[in-house]
Amino acid sequence: MKISLFIPCIVDQFAPQTAISTFKVLRKLGCDVDYPFEQTCCGQPAFNTGYHHEAKICAERFLKIFSKSNYIVAPSGSCVAMVKNFYEELDLSKETLSIYQYLKNNIFEFSDFLVNILKIENINAQFNAKVTYHDSCHLLRELKISNEPRKLIQNIKGIELINLNESDTCCGFGGTFSVKFPELSAAMTEEKVNNIEKSGADYVIANDVSCLLNIQGILKKRNSRIKILHIAELLALGM
Amino acid sequence: MNELDTKYFKKLVKEKLSDKSLRTIVKKATFHSLQKRNETIQNDISEKWEQLREKAYSIRKITIENWDYYFNQIKAKFSENGIDFFYAKNSSEVCDIVNNLLFSYKAKNIVKSKSMVTEEVGLNEYLEKFGFIVTETDLGEYIIQLANERPSHITAPALHKSRSEIGFLFSEKLNIDYTDAPEKLTDYARQILRKKFLNADVGISGANFLVAETGTIVIVENEGNARLTITLPKLHIVITSIEKIVPTLSDALILLRLLPVSSTGQKITSYVSFINKPEEEDNSSKNLKKIVVILLDNGRSKLISDKKLRSILYCIKCGACMNKCPVYQLIGGHAYGSVYPGPIGSILTPWLNSFKDSKDLAYGSSLCGACSEICPVKIDIHYQLLRIRKYSIEKKFSPFIEKIIFKIWLQIVKNYKIYNLLSNILCFLGPLFQETGLKIPVWSKYKYFPAPFEFSFHKWWQREVKTQEEYANV
Repeated sequence: MKISLFIPCIVDQFAPQTAISTFKVLRKLGCDVDYPFEQTCCGQPAFNTGYHHEAKICAERFLKIFSKSNYIVAPSGSCVAMVKNFYEELDLSKETLSIYQYLKNNIFEFSDFLVNILKIENINAQFNAKVTYHDSCHLLRELKISNEPRKLIQNIKGIELINLNESDTCCGFGGTFSVKFPELSAAMTEEKVNNIEKSGADYVIANDVSCLLNIQGILKKRNSRIKILHIAELLALGM
Repeated sequence: MNELDTKYFKKLVKEKLSDKSLRTIVKKATFHSLQKRNETIQNDISEKWEQLREKAYSIRKITIENWDYYFNQIKAKFSENGIDFFYAKNSSEVCDIVNNLLFSYKAKNIVKSKSMVTEEVGLNEYLEKFGFIVTETDLGEYIIQLANERPSHITAPALHKSRSEIGFLFSEKLNIDYTDAPEKLTDYARQILRKKFLNADVGISGANFLVAETGTIVIVENEGNARLTITLPKLHIVITSIEKIVPTLSDALILLRLLPVSSTGQKITSYVSFINKPEEEDNSSKNLKKIVVILLDNGRSKLISDKKLRSILYCIKCGACMNKCPVYQLIGGHAYGSVYPGPIGSILTPWLNSFKDSKDLAYGSSLCGACSEICPVKIDIHYQLLRIRKYSIEKKFSPFIEKIIFKIWLQIVKNYKIYNLLSNILCFLGPLFQETGLKIPVWSKYKYFPAPFEFSFHKWWQREVKTQEEYANV
């Protein structure tokens, strides 16, 4: 199966391990993985702040770069939702609109792709740890993915998946929001981290690097022993 | 304390965030409502809930899309039923209409049951200026009136007040011994309010639905105060907004199944009143009752004509989006500075009031979409927040520096060579900041900001997987 990797810019620079793990897991599962090298950003930062003109230029660029892709897979719910759902809000040109109509059905978040397209729920990984899972907002509400990652995690040998209280409450990142309302954003993250600490887990797992880095922002301030781990990295452990 | 105005949203947010006891009260109250809601759905409605939401959505959609038709239909029905009807373009028109009515009835004492639209209009302040004695009779609204505050939630106006705060308020304003026992406090309020009802010349209420096919006014409540407001005085004035129309009685019944569950977790409220026409004329013509309906527009018809924005008016004012919103839970309703707080307030207010002064409300959200998910009529609330942001940029309300940043940003992400060059420099410097993290203004005060990794994925791919042969070896 031919796959094009879509690596969000934040993953590209801040968490390349997540991207490498995504690549390795897909390769292990027999996929032919390609990385369209010209890709940069899907346009979400501009879009979320209201800069539709700038976002549209990014979107049309993105669609052209991936126009020949069979499947697009990304280790992020948020950036997939941007392309799949929010591009609809941009006034795309005729040419790119037709690419969009085709691509929106072929772009998948990593865990969604594994479970629903490759039909893989057990990756034969092993990890002896207590983990908990945070539902990233766009993954959960835009893409309706919540069971898939949990299945993948539960099938890892030696792992204990602990329920996270208010797991579907936002971690407070929200991109521009965290810059425009830093106190409010931090207060939300504090609530999230309180729940993570109460869970007794050693690791907090999520499918979006942006949420994880934001959560880590408070964990580090508190000198917490709890570590963040992207699901792709979790599944690639020992590979 | 900052004045409650959307202009001061950012300041109010900071102020309310530092109020830890407020946070505890709001969190507890919203949690309680959500829990009851979820239990009711699970135990009594289960899988039918989503079907009901879908039906409610299409009822609201059809109504708003064909609003002109239903508006004319209900106008005709009102006149057939002997109900006087006024359309008010803005708040001051509502005030004038009410004022004229009160003068012609030589009214002095007015009782009110809950109506957010009268809050929007600022009716109480206006009437008090003219010497009318206005009493709010919903317990929550009564508390708010005694405290000279504004509702902080559309269905639970005194949600931000603790029991003891209410105890002290009653003791001070009503001159009674302090107690924080809800039954006792309610009993005091009831004794006072009963007299108010008996002496009232006019009753003013809101309305939850106005049924176009029959001209029926539907009012939902739990305390019986609305029923007294609409039946005891000889004049009943209904003040609500133009989008409250529903086509048929059976449509109203569907919405009635969703409204109380979403708002308090009740399957049905203690009272639901259906008012069709004024009480029949009895022998003494002096006792003629009169009903007057006033519908406020205040910018809403402009929303109705905008295909992308009109879903904002699907709202049935249940307040569930506030209960569920992680921002509302932390700051409470007053922080928004608007009459309608929370997610629905953030998308409605900018189109009703000065857009420039209230656009920041739309930025005070992480766009998590919990509001859209819980909304019983499936309003795309977080998409509407994004549309306000878009309009705000189009109108050039954004800070100059932000505009410059996005201009530069676009030049970088448009060209992958420049993007990669900068990315490589950042990643090269990354390890220097591994321990301390990057120092980002304001952000770093609250959170650690990570340093870029020592290489980017682009770089890794270029290094490791350039050729097919290398690909096989990775």
